[in-house]
Amino acid sequence: MDKIRYIAIKELRHILRDPRSLIIAILMPILMTFLYGYAINLDIKNIKLAVLDFDNSFESRELVGYFYNSGYFLKSEAAPNLYDPEKILKTGDANAVLVIPPGFADAVASQEEFELGLSVDGADANMSAATSSYSSMALMRFIEAKLPPGMEIPGVTLSTQVLYNPDLKSSHFFVPGLIAVILMMISALLTSITIAREKETGTMEQLLTAPVTPQQVIIGKVIPYIGLALLDGIFILFFAVFLFGVPFNGSILLMLFFGIIYIIAALSIGIFISTLVKTQQLAMMAAQLVTVLPSVMLSGYIFEIKNMPQILQYLTYMVPAKYFLIIIRGIMLKGADFTILWIQGTFLILLTIFLLTIATKKFSLKIG
Amino acid sequence: MEHAVTIDKLTRKFGDFKAVDEISLSVDKGEIFGFLGANGAGKTTAIRMLCGLLLPTSGSGTVNGHNIFTESEKIKQSIGYMSQKFSLYRDLTGRENLLFYGSVYQIPNGDLKERIAELSESLDLKEFIDRPTESLPTGWRQRLALAASLLHRPQILFLDEPTGGVDPVFRRKFWEILYRLADEGTTLFVTTHYMDEAEFCRRISIMHRGKIIEIGNPQELVKKYNQPDLQETFISLISRGESNG
Repeated sequence: MDKIRYIAIKELRHILRDPRSLIIAILMPILMTFLYGYAINLDIKNIKLAVLDFDNSFESRELVGYFYNSGYFLKSEAAPNLYDPEKILKTGDANAVLVIPPGFADAVASQEEFELGLSVDGADANMSAATSSYSSMALMRFIEAKLPPGMEIPGVTLSTQVLYNPDLKSSHFFVPGLIAVILMMISALLTSITIAREKETGTMEQLLTAPVTPQQVIIGKVIPYIGLALLDGIFILFFAVFLFGVPFNGSILLMLFFGIIYIIAALSIGIFISTLVKTQQLAMMAAQLVTVLPSVMLSGYIFEIKNMPQILQYLTYMVPAKYFLIIIRGIMLKGADFTILWIQGTFLILLTIFLLTIATKKFSLKIG
Repeated sequence: MEHAVTIDKLTRKFGDFKAVDEISLSVDKGEIFGFLGANGAGKTTAIRMLCGLLLPTSGSGTVNGHNIFTESEKIKQSIGYMSQKFSLYRDLTGRENLLFYGSVYQIPNGDLKERIAELSESLDLKEFIDRPTESLPTGWRQRLALAASLLHRPQILFLDEPTGGVDPVFRRKFWEILYRLADEGTTLFVTTHYMDEAEFCRRISIMHRGKIIEIGNPQELVKKYNQPDLQETFISLISRGESNG
């Protein structure tokens, strides 16, 4: 136990002695938060909407007003003499076309069922999904305004409901995920590099001729990085909440608890990598490859897991970020508590144990 | 006389390649033993097995009476190891390195400070002990590395080409230190490519392609093979091994 402490102190000394690396370890995540936070912005606004109003009534113009005043739609510059939605979309001047057939005003007055047409350019899937949901929102507001209070909305069977992120702001979704990606990167990258460095310079071998076990060396070396990663996590969280306005609905203690579990999982990936490679450079490349890529692509951070090919879906079980994403989004956006999140925590712990067991096996074969 | 090191038919394979092939030898306590051989002969692999860094594939051996298969932790407590490669932490000062190694050997703090002062005196480290080791010339670093390997007063010191890349004046000084250690009863197990250094050893072994091809007193070996000096003896033995192998 003492030996682990001495090794941890020595490692801390290495970190502090090299202010440039320390600055990178702290500034890089903050910089990335800004970059990702602002650059990956999937909020869809300024959808170009063309309207074909065949009713041309007060009510129809009122409805069109609800669309344009929602803040999501812009008036399309499409040529006014085109009366076919498909042709309008083909010009590329509009992303969507709203068709109001004749008889709309009468239907509103008699509160009858009525069908409107909305043609959406599906080339951009995100855009089209957003368009239909924004359109429903605009339509609902119009209908609500027309109905006497307390009355059921007739003929409209829309059941979409947006919870937790009512503004559908993508920063609320992305910034928590960013914490998962950055923590993974920092923890796995820095540990694999520091262990590979000792192998590369021969200090590991020297140290192991002293009465310490490889396990003690590794644990000692990794401890300071838990602190460093935690510090990074807190910084990013701070920016997420105060800069990007991401809500924090859950318990901070719970967040910290799962954060530490996740960091240890990430560190064990770093340790695992360092058992496979001998140089710092290789460690760096391997760490980038197995942490950043899967954490971004296979964690559900950007792409929905359930839309992936089956084989990739199986692969996602090996990606710690997947579990932590559910945890962090759950805690921040939904205020989820332990009774909901313990499953993800268990998966993380199992994954960590799995990685460390293999790493230890590899190490106890003695270096060389 | 008790043996500091005994090995019998010690073998280490890497895949099909026998890096060390059934070597046997014993080293007396307090002896300076020269472990010679061409590059790639398997010296470093053998030393690493003796230091508990690598498990042998077969054979048997003891270091300070401890079994090299099962008691590597006890061995580590009683040996010092210094390798050809400078392997102290470059971003730390000499003193920080020594303090760290001392703590790993669990030398109580007061004793450790005393021991560092003592080594700093006897190895003449005072001038540079508080500088980051990165900026030091090789000879100074080697002395620091030696100090680090001596902190816990090991009974056996394994030196893997300790004077590689060091100028002759430094080498001479280094060997004076080693002689003093041997006088104090430390067993020295040294690999070297310098034949003048090998002549300082009481006995040498010559390794070639994983096997020990000759073992004995340097002067006697020169006589036995009827060569002008140790250098020629070494070369003729290696080239004979080459043509036999």
